[in-house]
Amino acid sequence: MKIHEYQAKAILARYGVAIPRGEVAYRKEEARGTAQRLKSNIVVVKAQIHAGGRGKGGGVKLARSADEAAEIASQILGMNLITAQTGPGGRIVKRLLIEEGLDIKRELYLSLLVDRASGKVIFMASTAGGMEIEEVAKDNPDAILREVISPVVGLQPYQARKLAFGLGLLMEAVNNAVPFLLALYRAFIDTDASMLEINPCVLTGDSKLVALDAKMTIDDNALFRHKELRELRDLDEEDPLEVEASKYGLNYIKLDGSVACMVNGAGLAMATMDIIKYAGGSPANFLDVGGGASADQVKNAFGILMADPAVKAVFINIFGGILRCDVLASGVVAAAKDLQLKVPVVVRMEGTNVELGQKILRDSKLNFTIADGMKDGAQKVVALAAGAR
Amino acid sequence: MSVLVDEKTRLLVQGFTGREGTFHAQQMIEYGTVVMGGVTPGKGGSKHLERPVFNTVRDAVKETGANASVIFVPPPFAADAILEAADADIPLVICITEGIPVLDMVRVAAVVDFKETRLIGPNCPGVISPGKCKIGIMPGRIHKQGHVGVVSRSGTLTYEAVDQLTRLGIGQSTCIGIGGDPIIGTTFLDAIRLFNDDADTHAIIMIGEIGGDAEERAAQWIKTNVKKPVVGFIAGQTAPRGRRMGHAGAIISGGQGTAKDKYAAMGAAGIRCVETPADLGSTVAATLK
Repeated sequence: MKIHEYQAKAILARYGVAIPRGEVAYRKEEARGTAQRLKSNIVVVKAQIHAGGRGKGGGVKLARSADEAAEIASQILGMNLITAQTGPGGRIVKRLLIEEGLDIKRELYLSLLVDRASGKVIFMASTAGGMEIEEVAKDNPDAILREVISPVVGLQPYQARKLAFGLGLLMEAVNNAVPFLLALYRAFIDTDASMLEINPCVLTGDSKLVALDAKMTIDDNALFRHKELRELRDLDEEDPLEVEASKYGLNYIKLDGSVACMVNGAGLAMATMDIIKYAGGSPANFLDVGGGASADQVKNAFGILMADPAVKAVFINIFGGILRCDVLASGVVAAAKDLQLKVPVVVRMEGTNVELGQKILRDSKLNFTIADGMKDGAQKVVALAAGAR
Repeated sequence: MSVLVDEKTRLLVQGFTGREGTFHAQQMIEYGTVVMGGVTPGKGGSKHLERPVFNTVRDAVKETGANASVIFVPPPFAADAILEAADADIPLVICITEGIPVLDMVRVAAVVDFKETRLIGPNCPGVISPGKCKIGIMPGRIHKQGHVGVVSRSGTLTYEAVDQLTRLGIGQSTCIGIGGDPIIGTTFLDAIRLFNDDADTHAIIMIGEIGGDAEERAAQWIKTNVKKPVVGFIAGQTAPRGRRMGHAGAIISGGQGTAKDKYAAMGAAGIRCVETPADLGSTVAATLK
């Protein structure tokens, strides 16, 4: 689960991480009030969306007075902010963060994440603050400092010092950086974060580190033990169909193609998207109904797929292992009758009782095309989707 | 022969009396797996599926001499269950549970790395040596005893591959589901080492997916060490960046872990890569001719 910058900063502040003074604003007048209270020569107005690249997209602006802050706030609120990470659709800005300006000496990069290869949390740091870390990694991988953290003892002060000296900080700044870095680590662990990125982290004129930006992702699997964090979920930042699907425990990701797919198992679901592309089509979604999908889940899944107006045909690709094909076929027939499907449906089933399953589909007299294998199914559904256009 | 599990495997089920544990324990018993009993804290001393239930893994091991454990414990308690099994020095622990917090697994890995215990999973279908022993949730009947080793991050994709092989009359030595999580016990590389050393495994299928670089690491090793034919597939060629595709570990982050990179590494290692899983069986058949 991603959270907003202002939410992440509020969490970090509780752990003693220095952040700029500021407040969230939903309306122009709130932005003006905050700007007045900050009594700062420069205030920063920052659009709050779950995507990076906001500055380049026009979502971060400086103001020299409360009136100017209010003016900028009214421009950004409600705008469709398009950045490299939002995709061409962009996001409507509904919240702003109004912050004080700082005396910035240097901009640094800091992040914490779970490293798959070592199976441990690692701290990454670089002097190239404000740049995308992927770019730094590509052009100058040696410029990235990495500290692998033992889960047994946690981040140690010597590791924080290594990072601070490695970033070229002077002694006074190093002394300030150590508690700052330790606090970031504590916040990461306590909130079950899977990613925490401070980019940039700034060094101020008085040798202090301040988290100028904060991007934080909480591990969905750990939300059961963080009631207060669950409330930070912003449904406006998610695709409405994905929100709907999550209510049924369906793993659904909307894509921009025209061939919908319904599959059991994440790996097979990905492979199904791939084979649709291979057959010359374009997948409308990723959908995993679960390894042991039930008839009810099939019906819920159909509902989600049919709610996407771009869908021209549906490809059901199920391997019946624990779930028998005849049970699945009955579920598909019942759902299709209930929902009065208007698009062609190609079904490819394999596994236990497959002959019986296919017979149930044929006997239903509904508009099903039965595929002989995954490749055949993909070719048939792509042809049908093209014909329906 | 086979790897990891066979007729000598004596299994415990952690989360034995729960819905999932009960259903799959029954299926495993029907397949012929030697299930010694299970563990459910608070139900020790009772019987379930005509087998003893214990309060702790240590008690269960002492009483039954079990040498493997399978975990069906819900995600909030699954890390604890793995640690308990490792503490009891069970040589093989297979965790089926999906949805364990990743920082729990960071802590588990730090302990298990220093134990003799081999962990498979979590978030995996389990391990089967056809005709001998089935541990996990895979449909036993699609398998056939034979000489192809299968290792995979995905459950249903493994079933696809196995089903194709069996229909072509090609059996499997052992099928290992290593799991779809970012932090797992046994990796591709570990599994491939096992298959490489197993005289009864004549060919290997590896089924990967986007995210991480475990496939690349395995490919590197295969290039210099494996003489047996290896057939590979990677799911997620069309997956968008930055999105988790069902499995917690299936995500392209920071441009790393794309299907393209994995195919390139596998191709360079001499692995026969297929574009779709529909071609896995026939490609193995061709290599064995």
